[in-house]
Amino acid sequence: MNWPDGGVNAVARRATGGLLQRALHLDGVLLVLLALLSGFGLIVLYSAFGGRIEPVQGHLIRLGIGAAAMVIVAQIPPWQLARIGPGLFVLGVVLLIAVLVAGQLGGGARRWLDLGIVGFQPSELMKLALPILVAWMIARSPLPITLGRSAIVLLIIALPVGLIGAQPDLGTAVLVGAAGASVLFLGGLRWRIITALALLASAAVPLLWQFGMQDYQRERVLTFLDPSREPLGAGYNIIQSQIAIGSGGINGKGWLNGTQAHLEFIPERHTDFVFAVMAEEFGFVGVVSLLALYLAITARGLWIAYEAQDNFSRLLAGGLSLTFFVYCFVNVGMVSGVLPVVGLPLPLLSYGGSAMVTLLTGFGILMSIHTHRRMWSS
Amino acid sequence: MDLGTLRDKPRERRIIRGRLLTAGVIGTLLFLLLAGRIAWLQTVQYDHFAAQSQNNRVRIAAVAPTRGLIRDHRGHILAENQPAFRLTIVPERTDDLAALIDEIDALIGVSDAERDAFNDARRRGRGFQAVPLKLQLSDRAVARIAVNRHRFPGVEVQPHLVRHYPYGPIGAHAVGYVGRINESELRERDRRRYRGSSVLGKTGVEKAYEDRLRGEMGSERIETNALGRPINVIERDPPVPGEDLTLTLDIDLQRVAEQALGERRGAVVALDPRTGAIRALASQPSFDPNQISQGLDRATFQALQSDVDQPLFNRAIAGRYPPGSLVKPFLGIAGVASGAVDVDEEIYSDGTYRLPNVSRVWRDWKRGGHGEVDLEKAIVESVDSYYYELARRMGIDAMHDWMTRFGFGLESGVDLPGERQGIMPSREWKTETLGEPWYQGETLNTGIGQGFMLATPIQLATSTAMLANRGAPIRPHLIDTGDESAPSPVKTRPLMLEDETLWQTTINGMVDVVHGDSGTARGINEGLDYRIAGKTGTSQVINIPQGEEYDEDEIEQRFRDHAMFTAFTPVTSPGLVVTVLVENGGSGGGTAAPVAREVMDAWRQQQETGGELARRWR
Repeated sequence: MNWPDGGVNAVARRATGGLLQRALHLDGVLLVLLALLSGFGLIVLYSAFGGRIEPVQGHLIRLGIGAAAMVIVAQIPPWQLARIGPGLFVLGVVLLIAVLVAGQLGGGARRWLDLGIVGFQPSELMKLALPILVAWMIARSPLPITLGRSAIVLLIIALPVGLIGAQPDLGTAVLVGAAGASVLFLGGLRWRIITALALLASAAVPLLWQFGMQDYQRERVLTFLDPSREPLGAGYNIIQSQIAIGSGGINGKGWLNGTQAHLEFIPERHTDFVFAVMAEEFGFVGVVSLLALYLAITARGLWIAYEAQDNFSRLLAGGLSLTFFVYCFVNVGMVSGVLPVVGLPLPLLSYGGSAMVTLLTGFGILMSIHTHRRMWSS
Repeated sequence: MDLGTLRDKPRERRIIRGRLLTAGVIGTLLFLLLAGRIAWLQTVQYDHFAAQSQNNRVRIAAVAPTRGLIRDHRGHILAENQPAFRLTIVPERTDDLAALIDEIDALIGVSDAERDAFNDARRRGRGFQAVPLKLQLSDRAVARIAVNRHRFPGVEVQPHLVRHYPYGPIGAHAVGYVGRINESELRERDRRRYRGSSVLGKTGVEKAYEDRLRGEMGSERIETNALGRPINVIERDPPVPGEDLTLTLDIDLQRVAEQALGERRGAVVALDPRTGAIRALASQPSFDPNQISQGLDRATFQALQSDVDQPLFNRAIAGRYPPGSLVKPFLGIAGVASGAVDVDEEIYSDGTYRLPNVSRVWRDWKRGGHGEVDLEKAIVESVDSYYYELARRMGIDAMHDWMTRFGFGLESGVDLPGERQGIMPSREWKTETLGEPWYQGETLNTGIGQGFMLATPIQLATSTAMLANRGAPIRPHLIDTGDESAPSPVKTRPLMLEDETLWQTTINGMVDVVHGDSGTARGINEGLDYRIAGKTGTSQVINIPQGEEYDEDEIEQRFRDHAMFTAFTPVTSPGLVVTVLVENGGSGGGTAAPVAREVMDAWRQQQETGGELARRWR
């Protein structure tokens, strides 16, 4: 087994990373990147809230809760995760069904389960439970994954995706699907099957359009294709957020100076559309910095997967990293008008509790995978 | 882990690592795509979006200037601006305008007229401009809108000023009123000057001096949020307030004139013959201009318009009546000056007058006639046969020429919209308008102010002023220029008579009309402690409008003669001309003259007290 940090810097690395890595099971590189991102997020949110500090403080508290979850989860070695994976998944499916049957109606969709103190979204649990289960299933057999097993895994992925999609929560369904699919992809899903699935998917679009979508979802897609169709309705969000981004220019209008955001032109400006606020105030310089940060975090996650010492860890780490990437890509894509609006927050920048806690928990898993390597393999 | 020994672990690791690498490359490419997209938005499209964001942010709102005040010549305010709240909608900010208006209707009520006016205004405005829906909101309505504000994107309650006329119907025809601008009115004006305002002067001084009262539009660059709510004003180009106007009108005298007319239909013109300054310009029945300026609903307005008594019709400047005997002093001067009669020449009146070879008999108003009549007596007793003879001798052409020099058949040139020209017939006039030759009998009718002849009260007052001034014409006006020594230009030239005493003779006759024992207006000289020169007129109503139905009493009433009286005082240095018309009022001496006396009494009192009037006129 190779130590990843051999050579000249080994001593220095151990000096700084030793405590974090061995005692707390945290990854210094991810921690710095996540801290940078969160800090930037706080700055942008402060502006998105029109210079009010209270909601930012709320965000900070949730960030703290998420960080705590991350630290706790980082202590759990990967093999324990593999062991509880199937149970978590079954629990998640049961809760999703419960939501459909008895969930709280929120914004026209059943997403919440009232647990008395806080509303809980089972779909958040599924964001982690599905990749763990899929990684566990794939890792049990030799790679590359066989056709038959691929089919079974696809069916398993389809189950929660379908349940979440039925809530309906298209954004989370896409994300959970992406989580499962990316693990499957890393597991060596044949390109032939990928191509076939792509073809099948394009063939299924008309059917999905006809039977699988709610009116408002069709509206979103139509509006995405032509925002001017309904300039004051559904297209308004896209048009206004593009105006915000475009008018930011290279250097942006400056922090707290984004008129689109402050004059309430950007919808959901502190949640799903927070990227537009950022792009307006910090311009292309800010956009590139943020994307670079996201890419760096994804890359670090993929590197952790690359360095992981067993297939389950590799698949799970890679899957979580790619899910994080999809998260960013879909959100930025929809805000900048490249993808239809599906309603996903921007990781660590958007205001909102449960998604952030889930996200940081995922990073806790990545850190655990990275810091438990020797113990796991020995 | 028992299967692990059979598995090719390095190969499996290679597979996953290969896929990780592939995913990394694809991910990087996708991010580059995103970055490229955003770079395109932020560089190539920057100007476009920057402009749009600026448009979003800034709304240019027109700021209406405050309309100038209108005062009477003693400084009483006749038209002012009162603060009120109006409700406006920015159409662009609303999803369903009709539904929104329905909701507002359910909440505070919106009339059809308001809805129509809103739709008209909306069509000519741009979507981002606030269009007024209701011009005056009650406190209750303001509160209700405030509470429901979140439901109404684009709806604003704005303070503004509404025109208010403290004296209401008094002087309403002279002062006029403002009303909502309609499309055709806007078309003939400079749209920029009217952007953001909804009213303009419709009649009277409000219309005549619209340009001066209006002021100049200002503008504001207002930062707004997505709901169209103003956040702050970035830049302000203040409006130039409209000019305050002072009228020559005396609201006290105006009130006296209107009260003297009472319920009767008619008109009073009182003016200063030295300058043409109008002191009172009454037309009854009147109306309350406040109702109209506050946005009358269509039905009420139509009722006003179709009222048989025509309250919106300004009889003083647009009502045309046969002047009757009022023409006699003027024709007398014309007759003598043209050599048709001599001042002292006596013409015998036996009560009838005939033309050779014409079967028709022209009669005097007094059965049995007036006996030997000279010019003065002809005026005092209003002797018709004297004027039949005079007219016959002069002929219609000379009469036309002379009477025109007094302003008959012309406009007085008063500074009000809607003045109508009277008719002073001639041979050419009849050929042109009726295509018929002139008959001599018509000359006789013209001699007593009947036949084709028509005049407006204001023109009669103007002509009377010329008489009072012994030939100096004036142009009647309502606006006080502050320099009355330089009267506004008139159409009529000064009338110079070879024999200056002719003026005095005529005026003497007019004095006797009031003060003489046989004067036709002697009924008003009781207790008169000053002297009035006047002339009565009683003109036949020749036609009633066709196709209109009246009940019999009504027909009878509307067939009755129009009563007229024109006069001036003091006789030696005239300071006030009063002309009175009472529609279907009967005799001029009995009905019209007392009205004039009332006005003159009040005016006299003002002269003595410096403007104060006794209680009976208040």
